[in-house]
Amino acid sequence: MNTPAASIVAVVLVSIATLAVGAFGLRVSRTVSDFYVASRGVGPILNASAISGEYLSAASFLGAAGLILARGVDMLWLPVGWTAGYLVLLVFVAAPLRRSGAYTLPDFAQLRLESMHVRRLSSVLVVAIGLLYLIPQFQGAGLTLRTLTGAPLWVGEVAVAVVVCLNVLPGGMRSVTLIQAFHYWLKLVALLTPMFFFAGTWATSRMPSGVGAVEMADWVEPLRGDHALYLTYSLVLATFFGTMGLPHVVVRFYTNRDGRAARRTTLVVLVLLAGFYVLPVLYGVLGRMLAFDLVAQGRADTVVLVLPSRVFDGALGQGLTALVAAGAFAAFLSTSTGLVVSVAGVLSQDLLRRGTGPGLRGGIRAFRLATVLAVSVAVVLTFVSAGVPVARAVELAFAVAASTFCPMLLLGIWWRGLTARGVIAGLVVGGGLSMSAVLSTTFGVDWEGWFGVVMRQPAAVTVPMAFATMITVSLITRSTVPEHVNLTMVRLHAPEHIALDRGSFHPEPSRNPQRSVQGATARRDNVTVRRG
Amino acid sequence: MNERPAREQPPRRVRVTSPRKGATRTRVTSVASEIDAQTRLGEVYVTSLIRSQLRLAVGVLLALALTLGALPLLFHLVPAIGRFEVLGVPAPWLLLTVVASTEIIALGWIYVRQAERNEENFSDLLEGR
Repeated sequence: MNTPAASIVAVVLVSIATLAVGAFGLRVSRTVSDFYVASRGVGPILNASAISGEYLSAASFLGAAGLILARGVDMLWLPVGWTAGYLVLLVFVAAPLRRSGAYTLPDFAQLRLESMHVRRLSSVLVVAIGLLYLIPQFQGAGLTLRTLTGAPLWVGEVAVAVVVCLNVLPGGMRSVTLIQAFHYWLKLVALLTPMFFFAGTWATSRMPSGVGAVEMADWVEPLRGDHALYLTYSLVLATFFGTMGLPHVVVRFYTNRDGRAARRTTLVVLVLLAGFYVLPVLYGVLGRMLAFDLVAQGRADTVVLVLPSRVFDGALGQGLTALVAAGAFAAFLSTSTGLVVSVAGVLSQDLLRRGTGPGLRGGIRAFRLATVLAVSVAVVLTFVSAGVPVARAVELAFAVAASTFCPMLLLGIWWRGLTARGVIAGLVVGGGLSMSAVLSTTFGVDWEGWFGVVMRQPAAVTVPMAFATMITVSLITRSTVPEHVNLTMVRLHAPEHIALDRGSFHPEPSRNPQRSVQGATARRDNVTVRRG
Repeated sequence: MNERPAREQPPRRVRVTSPRKGATRTRVTSVASEIDAQTRLGEVYVTSLIRSQLRLAVGVLLALALTLGALPLLFHLVPAIGRFEVLGVPAPWLLLTVVASTEIIALGWIYVRQAERNEENFSDLLEGR
């Protein structure tokens, strides 16, 4: 490895730039609703960049290329699924979710099912999925700093945790929106620039070649492993349907002006993601040619960081490595910032709010307390589960989301017959089963035969079971369909410019006066002016 | 509009206009208020919107499932595809990168256009055009 000075400077610069953009956003962040959701004054391109920036995590930036390097064509389903997940979200969820006026998944659960039990259960799941997704981000940071400098893993993990805290504590969501948008473009440039240099070297055929490893049949041809068909379909199901249930994804939709804007934003997101995901594939293939030895060392995850210095010597190699390192840090920072904001939002609203006093001050204090709490717990969990590979924890988070929030959202938006008890049963079954798969992976338990295969990739079993449970229990408890379901359906589906009664949205009016003020504002914007 | 015939004899010609314009205006308030009052009729209108959007969404999902979603099965049943090359690139690699992302974006674009059209139809219905 080259002298790490340039890379360290790059990482520090990204952190400082992130904090600076955050501080700039802070000046615009004034009221509580600003603090939480940027007042929804964010245009589609900026918002789509922010959504993509937040979404492209350590798994996308490092993990996907590493897995493609190690395991080949079957891993192309990761980028495909991560993009297609947004298509499924677009067609089923984007506009109705925005129109619901819900800021978090528990808000949506409460609005649609009119039950505090469902709200609390959703809160617990948001925190669980959020923490599960935070672990690989912190791990990725540790891995990156170790690759670049040889520092122990905890250095990078703690560094990212601290920057995320500094970021979220003062600024809230508005600054986060700007940071996320900035991070998407930084990540794109960081991976794209070395590609241009690679292509230039390729054209003048000075590229060191190791084409042999690329021609191995079990790498080039699909489904060559054991149980490959099941594992592939399970991965497809988890990614296609899990995206909509990730807590930091859903929050973003509140920053759209209306349901129509939410759709258009998501369409731009599809383009941005599809554009980005070309790059990990190229890095995986190039890595197979130039850095195949990483697989044997068990360090495939670092291929993106190692590749520039394998091709170029001296200042150019160092400069490109520094750029990629900056992009990688942007990936950890943006995703973990988004996750921390949503986990802290849920924690502060549902668990801490009562102890911190009323009004705007109390709300912000609770949010800050929750931020510190969420980050600390995630760091501890990262230390505990050090053995789990980066992309594995992310796959499992998708599987849990697809087995819990996906059925709740799909059935809640499109089926009047859903009941609170049905949702609770479905969340317990889907969440319980997928979480037990997570725990068995975390503690390295290996089961023989098909059971072990299902535990490795649970979505293909747990997602249908969660749907079946929600539908069956809802049909049995048909008499308990929420009282205002018709009003809610109007709210979810009618375009905003039509003047209709959509009901008033008051999540937890008794416990949380400040949210109900926000709800009233949301309602006022919803029933808008443009008539005729 | 509904001018009374004048009193003097013989009666003057009276222009008779269709009452449609006025009738439509009363319907504007009525459909929206049917929905607000949560009557059966209002529910039918809302359900028709939800059905049209759901049909569209399921259609897009089916299109995705039958093309992209069928690929693993296709690879499983016809392993020879794995060795088939287009322009020097193995077919599965092309299908799972360029083709897949183009298809996803195209489906998204079609969906957004059609969903907005469905909503326009609904608001036309409510505004009585």
